Amino acid sequence: MSDKEPVKSIITPTRTEYTYTPGPSAQRSLRALARGKLVGEICPSCNQVYYPPSGACARCGVATRDEVEVADKGTVTTYAIVRVPSENIDLELPYCTAHILLDGADIPFFGLIQECEWDAVRIGMRVEAVWKPESEWGLNAENIRYFRPTGEPDVPFEQFKEHL
Amino acid sequence: MADELLSAPHVLEYDYRRSLGEVLSRFFTGLRDRKILGVKTNAGRVLVPPSEYDPESGDATSDDWVEVGPGGVVKSWAWVNEPLGRHLLDHPFAFALIQLDGADTALTHAVDAGSEASMRTGMRVTARFADDTIGAIGDIVAFVPEEGS
Amino acid sequence: MRDVAIASFAQTKYVRNQVELTEVDMIIPVIGDAISRSGIPKSEIGFYCHGSSDYMAGQSFAFVGAVDALGAFPPIAESHVEMDGAWALYEAWVKIQCGEVDSALVFGFGRASMGKLRETMNLQLDPYTLGPLGIDSISLAALQARALIDAGKTSERQMAEIAIRNRRVAKDNPNAQVTGDFEVEKLLAEPTIVSPLRKHDCPPISDGISAVVLAAGNHIGRGESKPVFIRGIDHRLDSHQLGGRDLTRSPSTKLAGERAGVHDGPVEFAELHAPFSHQEVILREALGLGDEVVINPSGGALAANPMMTAGLTRIGEAATHIAAGKAGRGVAHATSGPCLQQNLICVLEGE
Repeated sequence: MSDKEPVKSIITPTRTEYTYTPGPSAQRSLRALARGKLVGEICPSCNQVYYPPSGACARCGVATRDEVEVADKGTVTTYAIVRVPSENIDLELPYCTAHILLDGADIPFFGLIQECEWDAVRIGMRVEAVWKPESEWGLNAENIRYFRPTGEPDVPFEQFKEHL
Repeated sequence: MADELLSAPHVLEYDYRRSLGEVLSRFFTGLRDRKILGVKTNAGRVLVPPSEYDPESGDATSDDWVEVGPGGVVKSWAWVNEPLGRHLLDHPFAFALIQLDGADTALTHAVDAGSEASMRTGMRVTARFADDTIGAIGDIVAFVPEEGS
Repeated sequence: MRDVAIASFAQTKYVRNQVELTEVDMIIPVIGDAISRSGIPKSEIGFYCHGSSDYMAGQSFAFVGAVDALGAFPPIAESHVEMDGAWALYEAWVKIQCGEVDSALVFGFGRASMGKLRETMNLQLDPYTLGPLGIDSISLAALQARALIDAGKTSERQMAEIAIRNRRVAKDNPNAQVTGDFEVEKLLAEPTIVSPLRKHDCPPISDGISAVVLAAGNHIGRGESKPVFIRGIDHRLDSHQLGGRDLTRSPSTKLAGERAGVHDGPVEFAELHAPFSHQEVILREALGLGDEVVINPSGGALAANPMMTAGLTRIGEAATHIAAGKAGRGVAHATSGPCLQQNLICVLEGE
């Protein structure tokens, strides 16, 4: 018998491959995004506007259908300061990610905040999208590089407390 | 809509490190040392692969270990004409349930038999170990038909 | 025991590749149909439970996405099993038996077409000695089929005949995916995929959804169709180590059948979740079903096998068969795991 240490663990690699298709709502929205438009959908039951649209209103359990364009600027409803590095993310630490309630939408949208000190970000802050050059637009969310402060006055919490 | 349907590839890939516990640690350490080990139940049956419990009674298995194989008998088999990416062999082979000499249960593994015509239930096979063993089920590259059988 | 009835059943048509819709797009109309036909207002549904596998979608917590289809506000009582929807039905049945609720919506969904199903199914195996072999779902079933043939309990011809019967009967099932008339000699002339299994012995890869509404107490009898009662339900499992099992038998099915009371009354028909042709032989023996018992009036899993809901579909199809007056009492079965490892039996009866 060998004098080596007993085997205490094994590494089991798993790999599964998929082909994703987006469904009609996300498909329409991605095509609009490739034209520089943020197109959400309205719930026919509660009239909430979803961006990005998933095709359903999670609140009512009904399909959303009618499209509506939302703005590429909005209000920070909450944020996080990231201090740990991650593979695939090439940003200077720390950086700030936020939930942004786009003007015209009823649920917040996930975005990165740049062109501002990380410790200057606050709930209620107004931000706007900074797009890639139009020649680089594709069928993906990376068309928006990040959001930056607009310098407009902060929005009082009372005005968005139902949209967190 | 005239628009072509969008689609995108997605790959889910994780390398899990799994703790073995005492029983499988002993089994995989054995494989690293080119030995196939079985554990006895309280009723005296030899389980290969070993487990912490006797599936027939639910009782814990004993501390009594025995070396089995490397030869054994094919109890059932399935001939794979076109191997998939994660199969151990990249040419046609059989998956088989192999009852190793000295064991009372069958181990699932591959048999590298060349052709389906070479396979039959009841045939004798023997383990072919990798040149470099690490302590994993893949230390047995495949079973091969025993010479002279 | 409380009387629990299947109040309604709804399903999609099963297709090879539903690329145009998301799961949520598919679920909303099906559960809407099931609820509406149950006669129970959505606001009175006491519990929601569904079955699915995140590995089908390749996303952790993919099952939570399905809740988007439910209208979960104000908050609903909801649960999930990483199993076929038949086990979600079992959970809902237990909750009703406990007296906590009087109705439940149960559903299951799977879009196996997104991934490579044979390889995805490897992820359900023992990850130490079995998974790393890369063994796939068809190879596993082929090991079982060979053992059954060697034991003299079936033959490749009989297996082909089973596939032919199921797919012929499925011509009357508008939701089935693989239907038609096939000739045994032609099928046996086909090459094997993993010997001894040929294409016809294997289930199709299916995308689809099915949903059942359970009713108890005052909710019984509110629906469009006659209530069909769950007279017994039980589920059992065998070892995950294939080599420690006699693959030609299904002790777990036998025990579940006994505990569910399969033979406490006449068995007129059975909906068996046998994805591979030879498995029908094993299940019939385990349940003691003679030649007089009609097997799979719907065409079974060889006609459509939506992963994670084909078992629930068997229960729904059996209930539909009884509600339509075509039989008085029957058995539905669901399976999960390699080589019929886990089995659920549900005994159904009309009024």
